[in-house]
Amino acid sequence: MTDPILEVSNLSIRYPGASSEAVRGVSFTLGRERLGVVGESGSGKSTVGRALLKLLPGARITADRLRFEDLDLLALSEAEMLKVRGRRMSMILQDPKFSLNPIQRVGSQVAETCLRHFPVSRAEAKAKTLEMLAAVNIRDPERVHDLYPHEISGGMGQRVMIAMMLLADPDLVIADEPTSALDVTVRLQVLNILDGLVRDRGIGLIMISHDLNLVRNFCDRVLIMYAGRVVETLKAGEFDKAQHPYTRGLLAAQPRIGGPRKPLAVLDRRPEWTEELPA
Amino acid sequence: MSTGRRRLRRAAGQLASVAITLLGLLVLTFFIGRMMPADPVRAIVGEDATPETYDMVHAQLGLDRPLWAQFLRYMGDVLTGNFGQSIRTGQPVIQDILHVMPATIELATFAIVIGAGLGIPLGVLAAVNRDRWIDHAVRVFSLFGHSMPIFWTGMIGLLVFYAWLGWVGGSGRMDYFYIGMVPGRTGFLLIDSLLAGRWEVFRSAVNHLILPAALLGYSASAYITRMTRSFMLDQLNQEYMTTARVKGLSRGQTIWRHAFGNIRVQLVTIVALSYGALLEGAVLIETVFAWPGFGQYLTNNLVIGDMNAVMTCVLIVGVIFILLNLLSDVLYRLFDPRTK
Amino acid sequence: MTDIASSPARLPGWLSALRNILAYLLRSPTSAFGLAVIAVLVLTAALAPWIATHDPFAQNLDNVLQPPGSGHLFGTDELGRDIFSRLVYGARITLRIIFLVSVVVGPIGLIVGATAGYVGGWMDAVLMRVTDIFLAFPSLILSLAFVAALGPSLGNAIIAIALTSWPPIARLARAETMTFRKADYIAAARLQGASPLRIILKSIIPMCLPSVVIRLTLNMATVILTAAGLGFLGLGAQPPEPEWGAMIATGRRYMIDSWWLVACPGVAILCVSLAFNLLGDGLRDALDPRQMNRR
Ligand SMILES: Nc1ncnc2c1ncn2[C@@H]1O[C@H](COP(=O)(O)OP(=O)(O)O)[C@@H](O)[C@H]1O
Ligand SMILES: [Mg+2]
Repeated sequence: MTDPILEVSNLSIRYPGASSEAVRGVSFTLGRERLGVVGESGSGKSTVGRALLKLLPGARITADRLRFEDLDLLALSEAEMLKVRGRRMSMILQDPKFSLNPIQRVGSQVAETCLRHFPVSRAEAKAKTLEMLAAVNIRDPERVHDLYPHEISGGMGQRVMIAMMLLADPDLVIADEPTSALDVTVRLQVLNILDGLVRDRGIGLIMISHDLNLVRNFCDRVLIMYAGRVVETLKAGEFDKAQHPYTRGLLAAQPRIGGPRKPLAVLDRRPEWTEELPA
Repeated sequence: MSTGRRRLRRAAGQLASVAITLLGLLVLTFFIGRMMPADPVRAIVGEDATPETYDMVHAQLGLDRPLWAQFLRYMGDVLTGNFGQSIRTGQPVIQDILHVMPATIELATFAIVIGAGLGIPLGVLAAVNRDRWIDHAVRVFSLFGHSMPIFWTGMIGLLVFYAWLGWVGGSGRMDYFYIGMVPGRTGFLLIDSLLAGRWEVFRSAVNHLILPAALLGYSASAYITRMTRSFMLDQLNQEYMTTARVKGLSRGQTIWRHAFGNIRVQLVTIVALSYGALLEGAVLIETVFAWPGFGQYLTNNLVIGDMNAVMTCVLIVGVIFILLNLLSDVLYRLFDPRTK
Repeated sequence: MTDIASSPARLPGWLSALRNILAYLLRSPTSAFGLAVIAVLVLTAALAPWIATHDPFAQNLDNVLQPPGSGHLFGTDELGRDIFSRLVYGARITLRIIFLVSVVVGPIGLIVGATAGYVGGWMDAVLMRVTDIFLAFPSLILSLAFVAALGPSLGNAIIAIALTSWPPIARLARAETMTFRKADYIAAARLQGASPLRIILKSIIPMCLPSVVIRLTLNMATVILTAAGLGFLGLGAQPPEPEWGAMIATGRRYMIDSWWLVACPGVAILCVSLAFNLLGDGLRDALDPRQMNRR
C-alpha cells in the first residue's frame, strides 16, 4: 500500500434539511485493493459511495482530507468532476431493473461511456462495447447489444452495468450492493466476473454490502459501519479477532452451513456505539 | 407467434371498442337532434303551409315512423355520408364542413405547435427546478393560461395588438383586399399563397394567424406543461439518472438525453389529445376573430337553429376526438419498446 | 354499537382534517390568493344589495358608455347601467351556476361510478362505455349541442354543463369504489344480508364523498369558463341578466371606444376561474403529493 488511490479522513455528510449527519467522521485509505463496506440498511454506506463521486446534490460534505489520486475531491468543480466520473472513478448500482434506462438499447447505453470520454467514432465505440460485453462473459454480444433492458435477465443486466462502468478503465470502482437484487444462484457468478476484471486491471474496488459473509471472501479489508460511523476495520482472515460487539453480533448472526444449530443471535444495538470512535 | 396473435387480438378489441363508441356517438347526436323543441317541419315549410304540405314533409323526413326506424335511417344516412342540406347555404352539410375545415386545421396546427413549444420546455424547467421559484412561476403562468376566458382574451388581444398597436392583422384569415386572390387549391391559405407565389398574401395570412394561434396555444399549453412536469419528475427520480451521472454526463445531458428522451412518447400522446381539446377553444376564438372555419360554421348554425348542421359538426368533432385517442394509443404502442 | 362509537368521533375528525387542509392552503401564497378571491366572491354575492352602488337593471340613456370614475366605479354600459353593480350581481349568477352544476353532477357521477364499481361485470362495462362516449366530446361542444336542442337559457346552460361534466366524476367514484369493495366492513355488511343498493348508499358513497367533493372543486374553473363561453355565444343567461359572459358579448360592439364594457367582466371571470384553479392545485398538493400524475 505504497501508493493509495483514495484517502478519506474525517468525512461527514449531512443531507439538506436533515437534523443530523448521515455519515460522521469516516476515515480510511484505499490502495489497489478491494475494500468491503458492511453495515445494516441505513447505516450510510451508499451515502459514502455517492459522496466520493460528489453525487449528493444539496448535501453538505466536510472532511479533513478527501484525496483521490492527485485530486482533492473537495476542491474540484462540477466541470472537473465530469471528467472524473465514469473515466477515473465509477459506480455499479444495485438493481439493473432500475439503473438501466428502460427505453434505450443496452449497447448504446454502454457505448455512451466510451463516447463521453474518448474521441472515438460511433463504430469504434460499438466495437469497444462489444469487446467489453464479451469481457463480462456475455456469450452473444452482438445480439445483447441490440436488446432493451426488459429483455434481459437481472444477472445479465448487472453484467452490462459492470461493462458500462469498467469500459473507460477507471482506477476506482464503487460497487453499491451489486448483487442484492439478483437471484441467489447468479450472485456468485456476477461477483466472480467483477472480481476477475478488477484484479486483472488493477482497479481499486469499494464493495458495499449488508452481507458480511458474502463480502469477506472478495475483500482484502472490511469496514464495519453503524449509524453513519465506522465502528471497526478488519483485515481478511482476521474476522475472529473482531473487537467491537456490533461486529461480533454481525458475525454471530450469519448462518453457517454445517454449523451448530443454535438459534441465530439477535443483533444488539447500543446508543453509545454512535458516540465513541474505537481506536 | 403467440405475441403476434395477442397483438392482433388487442387490435381487434380496440377496433370493436372504437366501433361501439362511434355507435354511442350516433345515438347521442340522434337523440340530441330529436330533443329540439322547435318543429323541424315548420322550419322547412314555413308558417302558412297547408296541412297537406306539412304532412308530406313530415313523412318525407320520416318523422311519422317509429323512433328506432328513424334511428336506423339516420345511421344509414351517416354511413353513406349523407348528412342532409344546410338551411343557410343550401349545400350538403358535409360539403360545407369540408370547405371550412382547412381554416380550422391551419389555426389549430399553428396553435398546437405554439402550445407544445411553450408547454414542453416550461414543464421540463419546472420539474428540474421543483419547488423553487421557477417552478411556482411556471405554475402560475400556465394556470393563468388555463383560466383565461379565451373569447375575452381574443377580444382584448385584438384591441391591444391590432387596434392600438397595429402589430398584427385583425379579423379573418387575411386582409380583405387579398380575398379571392389566390386559388384555393388545398384550402390551407399558407400553402395556397406559397403555391401561387404571392408573398404578400402569405405575409398577411401569417399576420392574421399569429394572434389567435398564440392565444389558443397558450391556453392549451397549461395542460401540456403540467403533464410534462409530472412525467419529468417521475423520470428524474429514477435510478438510471444516477447511472448516467456516474458515467460522467452533465446534469443537462442526463436531463435531455435520458429523462426527456424517455418521456417523448408520452408527450406525443399528450399533444395529440391537446389537439382535440384545441378544437373547443377554436369554436370561441373563431367567433371572435371572424375566422371562417369550423367553429364559426358551428356557431352560425347554432344561432339560426339548423340542428342538422349543428349535430353533424358535433358528430365530426366526436369522431376526430376518438381518432386522436386511437392515434395516441397507437403511437404509444409503436414507439415504446416496452410495449412490444 | 360501532355506530354510536364512531359517529361522535367522526365529526371532529372531519373538522380537524378540514382545518389542517386550510392551514396548508394558507401557507402557500397561490392557494391563499385563490381562497381569498373565492371568499370575496361569496361575500359579494351574499351582500350584493349592500355592495352595489346602483340598481343593476336601471337604465339611464342620458348617461351611456361613461368611462370608469365619475360616479360609476367601472363606468356605464350602452344602456347607462352601472357596470360595477352588474358585476356584483353577476357574482350571484356565477355562484348559482357552480352550485347547481355541482349539485347535479356530484350525485349522478357518484351513483354511476359507485354502481359500476360495486356491481362490476356487464353493468360496469355498460356504464363505463356510456361514460366514455360522453368523454369523447370536448365538453363545450357537447354543451353547445345540448343548449342548441333545449333552447338558450341560463337553466338549460346549467343542465347542459351538468350533462357533460359528470363522466370524470363517475370515473373517479368507480376507481375509489373498486378499492373499497374488498374491504372487510363491506364484506361484513354483505354477510349480514344488506342489499347492494343499501351498501352502495350507506357505505360506499360516503367513502367516495371526500374525493368527489375535491374533484368537483377542481372542476369549477372549467364550469365557470364553459358557462361564460355559452353566455358569450348567447346560449346561456339572456339579457338583461348581468351574467359576465353575456356582458362581454354585448359589450363587444362598443369595445373599440369603450374598452371597459369588455375588460371589467372579463377580469372578473379570469380572477374567479384562476382562483379556483389555484385552489384546486393547492388542494391536489395538500391531499396527495403523488397525485400530480393524475389529471
Ligand atoms: N436523499 C436523501 N435525503 C435525506 N436523507 C437521506 C437521503 N438518502 C439517504 N438518507 C439517509 O441517510 C442515511 C444513510 O442512508 P444510506 O447511505 O442510503 O444507507 P445504506 O446505503 O447503508 O442503506 C439514512 O438514515 C437515510 O435515511
Ligand atoms: Mg444503500
